[in-house]
This record gives sequence, C-alpha cells and structure tokens, in this order.
Amino acid sequence: MIAIVDYGMSNMHSVLKAVEAVSYDRVAITVSPGQLDDATHIILPGVGSFAQGIRNLRDRRIDEALYRQVIKKGKPFMGICLGMHLLADNGDEHGPNSGLQWIKGRVIPLEARGESQIPHIGWNRLSLCKNSPLIDDSLSRKDFYFVHKYHFHCEDVDAVLTKTFHGAEFVSAISKGNIFATQFHPEKSQDNGLKILKNFLEFNHP
Amino acid sequence: MILAKKRLIPTLLLKDGRLVKTVRYDTFKDVGDPVRAARVYDAQGADELIFLDISASREGRSLLYNIITRVAEECFMPLTVGGGIRTVVDIKKTLRAGADRVCINTQTLLTPGIINQAAEAFGASTLVVSIDAKKNSQGAYGITSYSGKKWIGRNPVDWAEEVENRGAGEIFLSFVNRDGTMGKGYDNNLLRQITDAVSIPVIASGGVGRLDHFVSGILEGGASAVAAASIFHFTDQSPIKVHAYMADAGIEIRTE
Repeated sequence: MIAIVDYGMSNMHSVLKAVEAVSYDRVAITVSPGQLDDATHIILPGVGSFAQGIRNLRDRRIDEALYRQVIKKGKPFMGICLGMHLLADNGDEHGPNSGLQWIKGRVIPLEARGESQIPHIGWNRLSLCKNSPLIDDSLSRKDFYFVHKYHFHCEDVDAVLTKTFHGAEFVSAISKGNIFATQFHPEKSQDNGLKILKNFLEFNHP
Repeated sequence: MILAKKRLIPTLLLKDGRLVKTVRYDTFKDVGDPVRAARVYDAQGADELIFLDISASREGRSLLYNIITRVAEECFMPLTVGGGIRTVVDIKKTLRAGADRVCINTQTLLTPGIINQAAEAFGASTLVVSIDAKKNSQGAYGITSYSGKKWIGRNPVDWAEEVENRGAGEIFLSFVNRDGTMGKGYDNNLLRQITDAVSIPVIASGGVGRLDHFVSGILEGGASAVAAASIFHFTDQSPIKVHAYMADAGIEIRTE
C-alpha cells in the first residue's frame, strides 16, 4: 500500500490522483500513525507553514511513526514542498521551530535578487548534482512547478540531488538512501512530474 | 539572470457550473463545459488555470467545488480558484476541493485583515489577491469591488503595496474597462506602476486581442504571468501557439 500522510496541511487529493495515475497499487490517505505499518511507500505532501506542519505531525504522533517506518525500517519516503522542509533540523517560517532532523539544514526565506520576485511561483528547471533513481539527466532538463517563499538550506552536501536558479541558487531536490524530497510539486508538473512519482514508486530499498 | 519562466494562464469564468464569458464584467455568454475546457488547456500545455466563480447562489458554490474536484482528478497542473471567497473556512473548502491556490477580491476590501489571516493559515504562496482596477471618466484609476460594480476609488498602486505588506503571495490585476473587449491589450501603464511598486509577482488580465499583447504585458508591463479568456474561447489561438509566439519574441516560457 502507498500511504499519503494526512496531517491537516495539504491538498492530498491532487497527490492521490497523481499517484493513482502512475501506479496500480492500492493508495490510501492515512490519518492515524498506525496505518503506516502497512505502507510500502510513504509520501508526505504539504502546503502551509513549517510551524503549523511540525506542530500537526507531533500532535498526531505522526513524527514518531514516520521515524519508525522510514529511519528504522528504511521504507521509501518522499516529501513534497513543505514535506521536504519538515525533514530539516530547523525552520524559520513562523518560527524558529525544530523539524524532524533527518537531513542537516535549515529552512530559510528565499531572497529577492535583481528581478526575481518572491514567492518563487512558476515553472523552472533542475540542475542535477548526482545520480539518483528519482531524477535522471533527461528529466532534469524539463520544467517543474514551484510555489514557495522558503527554501531548504541543506548542510548535508551529499544529500543534494538538484539545484534550481531563481535569482539565486537553492536546493530543489534531495535524496539520501531511502529518503527523497522535492521543493517543486511533481503532482502539479504534468507528465514530467508524474514520471518522478513513478520513479519513486518503483524504488525499493535494498 | 535565470528566473522562473513567465506563465501563460487561461482564465475560466464559471456561473452555476457552466463556463461563461463576460464583456466589461457584464453581459455574459455560455461558452461550454468547464471540465472539458480545462482538459484541453492542460493538453495544450497551459502553465496554470484560474477559475473565477460568479455564481451568486449556494448551489452555484457547490457546483464549483464539484468542478474543481473533477478537474484536479485529471489535470495535474496548478489550479487557482476564486470568486465569492469570504472566510478562512471558504479558503479551506476550496483547497480541499482540489485548488492549489485561492484568489480573493471583494472580501479583502471589506476586511483587509483576511489577507493576514489567510497568509498565516495557508502560507503566502497559497494566496492570490485580485485587484479590479478601473479608469473613471476623468481618466483616474481606482479599485472596484463586487465584480467591478462598486467603485472604491482608492489608488490601485497604494492598494497593491498594502496587499503585499499584509502577506499576499501574488496579485491578479484586472483591467475592468478592457475585460472581454479583445481590444488594446493590458493597461501596461498601470501594470508597470504596480510591478515596480511591489516585489511579489503580478498576473495581468483583461483586454488581450492579439498575441503581441501577451508579450508587451511582460516586457512593458513587467508582469510575471499573463492571463486571458476571450482569445482562447473565440479564436483559434491555443496555449501552444501563444507559447511559441512568446518564445520567438524572446520571452522565457515553456515550449514543450
């Protein structure tokens, strides 16, 4: 079963439909931490603020369940947008607050440089920093949809999968073992985004 | 400098579950089924879709939610939804139905604090504030509410600055006098004043009759995104053709 985690923050419906478009496996929107026991793959979507997101994960004890399933058991995990930010040590959005602390770094505001307007809203490209089953060279040259005001300043250089330019460079995707995350919205990036979701769902941790 | 690409956005106006088109925010025509239209725009590579609902009734609202859910089920692209949003609960319902972002207008003029509240609750990037600007008979610009019917008179540039300071993530700027006219294009004079005054992105809307109007909205007006409806409903122009035209004119835009 593919689990899409509902923690009261996001538009799970779009992620659910996008996953259904690329996989025949059962997909469930999970509300209780126990449901993650049956998951083969876990997706943490998210629209909203870091502060509210981490509070909701903790209040519902989803943080502990995610730790068991993803860090201890090594289940494939994908965070999207806020779902990527929450992996950091800390986040400054309506904060500071501590995050899940899975990937070293801090979530900080994007800075306007020159003509760049903030929030970063729209389609942009990726530049690939390493090989990964999630994004190959040909996909990195396609456009993906971004909508965000904060970005993940990642201190774990080996975890950086892609970077993107919007006035200044920021980390647009992360991969570390069984953990994947994107700043952009694959579920909103038409066919190229669906390919990324498919790549994730085809990944099985050795 | 490398930036996010400029966006081309078809606007879909809804009334009681049907796609309609207005002229100067009045007299509307039925132009078809919104879900089918959205599907076509998706296939033609539109960068985002904006749905604006002008139904007055509660039945009209629930039809809107139903349409957004159906569109979100098959169009894996950004969907912004507005019209009749009054409260944080309305925003939540609209997002739950499948919208990625919401667009608010009249309520921001009645209780501007809704902008701060919504930005706090859903994040600035989720919140688009729509500004309906009108030029009066003396040639002065002012903002309007209730779909362009009520003249508020406040200077649109001042209001845009306040909207940004209150935490909106983007401005959807419409030129009421030009809506549905397929005439002279955007009012690039006012558009430029606003894009110079704020640092959040601005979507321009109203008046596009020729392809070069999209280009001048970006190059002269400084818009981050250009929206239109009539040119897609009533001519054989499609997002594919417009993207190609804009790319030829030197604008960074998606072309595949």
